[in-house]
Amino acid sequence: MAAAAPDPLLRPGLIGARLPRVEDARLLTGRGTYADDVRPRDAAHVAIRRSDHPHARIVSIDTAAAAAAPGVIGVYVGEDLAAQVRPLRATSRMAGYHATEMWPLARGVVRYVGEPVVAVLAEDRYAAEDALELIDIAYEPLPAAMHAPEAAAADAPRLHDALPGNVLAARRFGRGDIDAAFAGAHAVVEASFRLHRKAPLAIEPRCAVAEWDHGRRALDLHVATNIPGVVRDALADCLDMPGNRLRVIAADVGGSFGGKGSVYQEELLVAALSRLLRRPVKWTSDRLEDLASTSQAFDERIEASLALDADGTIRGLRAEVLSDVGAYSIYPWTAALEPVQVVSFLPGPYRVPAYAAGVRAVATPKAPTGPYRGVGRPAAAFAMERLIDMAAARVGLDPAEMRRRNLVRAEEFPYRTGSGLIWDRSGFMETLEAALRDGGYAALRARQAEARAAGRWFGIGLASYVELTGIGSRISAAPGMPINTGMETASLRIDVTGAITAAFGIASHGQGLETTLAQVIAEELGARIDTIEVLQGDTALVASSTGSYASRSAVIAGGAATLAAREVRAKLKRAASLLMEADEADLEVADGTVRVAGTDRVMTFRDIARAIYADMGRIPHDRREDLISTQTYDPYLGTAASATHLAAVEVDPGTYAVRVLAYHVAEDCGRIINPLIVDGQVQGAVAQGIGAALLEEVTYDAAGQIVTASLADYLAPTAPCVPPIGITHLELDLPDNVGGFRGMGEGGTIGAPAAIANALSDALSPLGIAVDELPATPERLFRLVRAAQRKDDGA
Amino acid sequence: MSGGMHDIRVTVNGRAVAHRVEDRLLLSDFLRGVLGLTGTHVGCEHGVCGACTVLLDDVSARSCLTLAVQADGAEVRTVEGLGTAEALAPLQEAFRAHHALQCGFCTPGMLMTCIDMLATRRLATDEEIRDALGGNLCRCTGYEHIVAAVRSMVAARDAAGETAGERP
Ligand code: FES
Ligand code: FES
Repeated sequence: MAAAAPDPLLRPGLIGARLPRVEDARLLTGRGTYADDVRPRDAAHVAIRRSDHPHARIVSIDTAAAAAAPGVIGVYVGEDLAAQVRPLRATSRMAGYHATEMWPLARGVVRYVGEPVVAVLAEDRYAAEDALELIDIAYEPLPAAMHAPEAAAADAPRLHDALPGNVLAARRFGRGDIDAAFAGAHAVVEASFRLHRKAPLAIEPRCAVAEWDHGRRALDLHVATNIPGVVRDALADCLDMPGNRLRVIAADVGGSFGGKGSVYQEELLVAALSRLLRRPVKWTSDRLEDLASTSQAFDERIEASLALDADGTIRGLRAEVLSDVGAYSIYPWTAALEPVQVVSFLPGPYRVPAYAAGVRAVATPKAPTGPYRGVGRPAAAFAMERLIDMAAARVGLDPAEMRRRNLVRAEEFPYRTGSGLIWDRSGFMETLEAALRDGGYAALRARQAEARAAGRWFGIGLASYVELTGIGSRISAAPGMPINTGMETASLRIDVTGAITAAFGIASHGQGLETTLAQVIAEELGARIDTIEVLQGDTALVASSTGSYASRSAVIAGGAATLAAREVRAKLKRAASLLMEADEADLEVADGTVRVAGTDRVMTFRDIARAIYADMGRIPHDRREDLISTQTYDPYLGTAASATHLAAVEVDPGTYAVRVLAYHVAEDCGRIINPLIVDGQVQGAVAQGIGAALLEEVTYDAAGQIVTASLADYLAPTAPCVPPIGITHLELDLPDNVGGFRGMGEGGTIGAPAAIANALSDALSPLGIAVDELPATPERLFRLVRAAQRKDDGA
Repeated sequence: MSGGMHDIRVTVNGRAVAHRVEDRLLLSDFLRGVLGLTGTHVGCEHGVCGACTVLLDDVSARSCLTLAVQADGAEVRTVEGLGTAEALAPLQEAFRAHHALQCGFCTPGMLMTCIDMLATRRLATDEEIRDALGGNLCRCTGYEHIVAAVRSMVAARDAAGETAGERP
């Protein structure tokens, strides 16, 4: 760092400053408080015996030996808790949707390997785990259709007896005359795409610690979650407790990526047991449990076709999506969350005049799927971007030119998509051009020509996409869900010591929201950032909140913070105007002081706060206002965030391993609060997208057993797998929300699978190979190449 | 089932401690549960993620694959033995300046791994740094900022004329 750099804490313009984070000092010194770090004295530790059958009736459970084991406090089965709780049930107003019930422990039937069946409570985790092995469960296996195509059939064995079939949700979207679009087409490209099941894989496994206070009949629940508000509201219902006696705390959370973004049986379980036993109850999952029971992701089959004019103009898009959603409809998002968004986002940033698409969410005996970074959009972008490249090849255009001709142009915003989403002005074309320029597209093409001449498999892939972020109450993440995801509250106060506290219901789990929200408040209020304490991740702080997910916190909580800061600033000025006998218009607020412009008459926030709260008579009592503001913000609509990714890859002809040689992201995320944090979000998300494209796959075998139950089997990207990632930030027209922010936490995961699939298809195009199934593992690539060679030999 | 008990003496972050522990107690559980040093994190308990990495007699070791009794007579260093929130150690400061952590869960293990690799490897290129980080999973950062933090530490180390003694 240059010695002459101005003190960033004093510099005006805190929004946009590359500030190091305020949360880092505690996290770097091992002083964070993750859920498992909460260690109440006298805690009972839970270990969970989980189903080892994909679908079976529980005939009997013998817990006698376990109950008698050393250190065991109690053993509980589903029926023991049935009277204590109501089940989780994700309702929706969506037509044709079927909810499922999730009890803390299975009752009667198990529906996936890993489903909780018996809970053992013991004095420590070792003793609880020892006792698990002494439980004897007799199962009667039931028939099951393991995968979505079989499970969707009318005569498939049903996973939920009470439901008419395994299709939990079905929906159709469309506009325009799709038949005419295809009938009059110069060319049609079509393919079947497959994106396999993933694990969100936060490095911190899930954990919940419940502390029942019998004196107050109140419960504190520490959870590794990014939706403490949703957990509180759901548990208040399930446990029949008022919200003021049920507090959910997510102090530090070790990543989520969606995996900690649903309400889980285990959270209900420890809360119910703690209340029942009147002592603290703790459950920390191990990695096997986490891989087998944390919500999984994607698992889509997409059949899609694109109708084209001779010049490459898109005429129409058709798609059928079959989504394997696992055994239960997850709370609160429902099984419709991911699949519906695949179809909703499929047309992407392109002009698609006619669109017809259908989606079915099918229950199978696997762990439930839920939100995962990008939700629906990674699969949508993968299919659409492949179609765009196929179309380019068909009509003889460069992939970049194909995009130029079809991206929604600046003058066409706001643009309504075939699925009904509305794109506000965002840099669709600008991010494409920036990625081509800054990613060195021309030079990469030259490098490719050389590599090809030498017989190497070198390819370049583009992916342009747009997502909706900071979504207000008009658009629900899943139609008809029982929660409002469109608003957040900020509660800001200056206390008598002049210190500033800002409380939120959102829950940072790595995004650095303590820093970015402090930056927003410091700038809007005119305060020094180091005088601001941001509190979050605790349901006691505000009346209502859902949490941090769906690229919403900077936009919605940042918007609420802005409104609250503006009100407190106005109050400060009114008070200062009385105290300094100056006109409000002449007052300047900066660095924690209010000054009469052009004079040396100045008061600190502390002076003003003391005058208001402590010094009697300095302000007439009928004009005294506290320095407090609570504001709830709802952007109503959402705002588009767009990007283009450029990837270059090479396939090793000996090992079929893929090396990502170059990667560039050009993105429009509106007004940037902290470029350092934005860079980190992009890099991390791209790394996850690379994992989705090349490595990560949750596999169940034909018998319904999860095969990828350890980190030796479920492969996540390590440092050598990830290339340096170039980033171009474009701050174009600001969106029409309070702060001018766009959400950007998920984009990398959306663009990378598509860009890499295109790059691989480009690399292998001399062999006539298209990569339409991800992850493109060495084994899959080997098979594709062998099949192509055999076809060649046969011809 | 529970086995025998053993008396162990370990020096943890410079402080001598003596405890009677079960033979199967993991070092990670000893540090977190018995000593209350919750800075060492557990991400997999099967030796892959590296979150639990500590220094055992100055060599990085996975505390989830080490029994507490194996640390008998050894010096253990954990993240709590580095700098403090008011006075971060240079490596911690480099992580902060380069935004090399997001959720912070992998971070203690990353730091301990970095101490070992900075002491024992040349790390002349970013590729060498990435290889050396290859045993620690971070799901948040995409590694780039971690590489940048380590690079800055290598530069400082080399400028100070300290050499990394290659370990065989
Ligand atoms: S917890 Fe030890 S390596 Fe993962
Ligand atoms: S910072 Fe979250 S896992 Fe590395």
